[in-house]
Amino acid sequence: MFAFFLLSGMFLGWSLGANDASNVFGTAVGSRMILFRTAALCCGVFVILGAVISGAGTSQTLGKLGTVNAIAGAFTVALAAALSVYLMTLARMPVSTSQAIVGAIIGWNLFSGSPTDMRVLFKIVITWGVCPVISGIIAIILYKMAAALIKFGRVHMFRLDALTRYGLLLAGTFGSYCLGANNIANVMGVFLPVSPFTDIRIFDMISFSAAQQLFLIGGVSIAVGVFTYSKRVMMTVGEGITELSPVAALVVVWAHSLVLFLFSSQALESFLSSHGLPTIPLVPVSSSQAIVGAVIGIGLLRGGKSIRWRTVVGISCGWVAAPVIAALISFIALFFIQNVFQQETYLSARSLNTTKKVSIEIKEDRRESSAFLHAGNNRFNSD
Amino acid sequence: MPFKIIKREITIEKQIDDFLDKTSESGLLYKHGVDAYLQGKIEIFKSKHAAIVELEHKADSLRRTVEEQLYSQTLIPESRGDVLELLENIDQLLDRFKGALWRLDIECPVIPSAFHTDFMELVSYVLEAVEAIIRSSRAFFKNINEVADHLHKVSFWETECDKVTTRLQKVIFRTEDLTLSQKMHIRDFVRHMDKIADVAEDVADRLAIYVIKRSL
Repeated sequence: MFAFFLLSGMFLGWSLGANDASNVFGTAVGSRMILFRTAALCCGVFVILGAVISGAGTSQTLGKLGTVNAIAGAFTVALAAALSVYLMTLARMPVSTSQAIVGAIIGWNLFSGSPTDMRVLFKIVITWGVCPVISGIIAIILYKMAAALIKFGRVHMFRLDALTRYGLLLAGTFGSYCLGANNIANVMGVFLPVSPFTDIRIFDMISFSAAQQLFLIGGVSIAVGVFTYSKRVMMTVGEGITELSPVAALVVVWAHSLVLFLFSSQALESFLSSHGLPTIPLVPVSSSQAIVGAVIGIGLLRGGKSIRWRTVVGISCGWVAAPVIAALISFIALFFIQNVFQQETYLSARSLNTTKKVSIEIKEDRRESSAFLHAGNNRFNSD
Repeated sequence: MPFKIIKREITIEKQIDDFLDKTSESGLLYKHGVDAYLQGKIEIFKSKHAAIVELEHKADSLRRTVEEQLYSQTLIPESRGDVLELLENIDQLLDRFKGALWRLDIECPVIPSAFHTDFMELVSYVLEAVEAIIRSSRAFFKNINEVADHLHKVSFWETECDKVTTRLQKVIFRTEDLTLSQKMHIRDFVRHMDKIADVAEDVADRLAIYVIKRSL
């Protein structure tokens, strides 16, 4: 049954892979600097690695926003996020999976009457606002550095082309890892509290936690999305950003990848806190926001005349609309699942107490039966 | 795989350099060819003519190889259209050098010795304009910031060519011991030479646009 309920999360993972892989490899594949096959392979492998190795940080933040405590609820929340992503994509509105899942969780909180931690919500919303700004600043710095290197290095046009290809592949691979690490919480985060998986130890050496097993499934679904549907989106993105030179496109992808890394690296967080520095919150951010921020950064560096501010306002409206729409869909879908399909979408305080009581009774029963078996064995041995 | 890409890029770099070398050499052959013709050294003229025909043939095949590689290996996708156009425009200069010697060989115009100095002056200015465009093109590939340093010289030499052409035409048509048909025949040669500098200036104008497009 858990496998069926997980399908909505996998669908969300698939749509994330189909859409967000274009942020990482879109320019490279669209401009035909890297083959789709190579890009998809790198992206698929490194998204899975990022999700399994470094996906825990952002999941904890998302868990603090609202703990979806029933499997049908988790199913509906993920489905609502996936549906809002799908509908907004159909309406040609820019959409972020991170915003959709946060909206859907808030919808669940409202439906179940659970309180929303406003402090965590505020932290997440502030991060969304800061993410494109940081991305833009990083893009400006990287762009200046690249321009200086090319000017003083006197790189031949064709050698620069080869270096840009390697750079795009490297940035795409790093970006895929960071995408997996940062965005896996969107896909599988809601299933963590209801996951039936247990920790596995292989040869007492490698520990594979329950969360990592869940992230592996999510990572694979993202990778499937990359392989099956991202090519069309990549071509569209690549053709859409042709006004950027390949070096500028490389800078944009690097800035995006670094931003995703900053908001998902637990190692960086512990490094900063150990040195008494302010830490960066581990929050799932939108890779599309990071890309748009970087592109605007480069546009501003060129004087800002080429930026279509009306489009930027349209994109920003989409960012505000995404969580609201997801929350609305989530609320309606939860109502539907609860009342039409008679599925428990949340465990109330009373049912939680009952569950606790039942689990205590089961434990006691187990203890008694093991004591009985133990006594029986002793009698058998003595006989 | 990484070394393969770098090796491929280095090969095409060399091929483009080779193509530009051949254009420059064809200019020198043209100058020597015209000089030999004016001095009546027909054997030397014929050898220069044969050399420029062969050089043009090699340059053509080199250009085709580069263009094919640009598209088949999807190199410099954002600039390959510009590079293709640049190489074809430069090839036009090479064609005109060859064409000028062909015309001398076919039409055998009688050019009075009084015009020889002006003719050679025009040829050397044409050559300066073409050399400036070749230096600009090399800079376009190797160091885009240096293109402007050479590009303005193309216009300068083209203007000088115009001055010499005007002066020479005036002298031609004021010479009394030539028939009108002879005057018009020689005038055509002067114009043909001047046209090479005009083409060089057109290439320079296009190159200035490619530079703006490529500036990061």
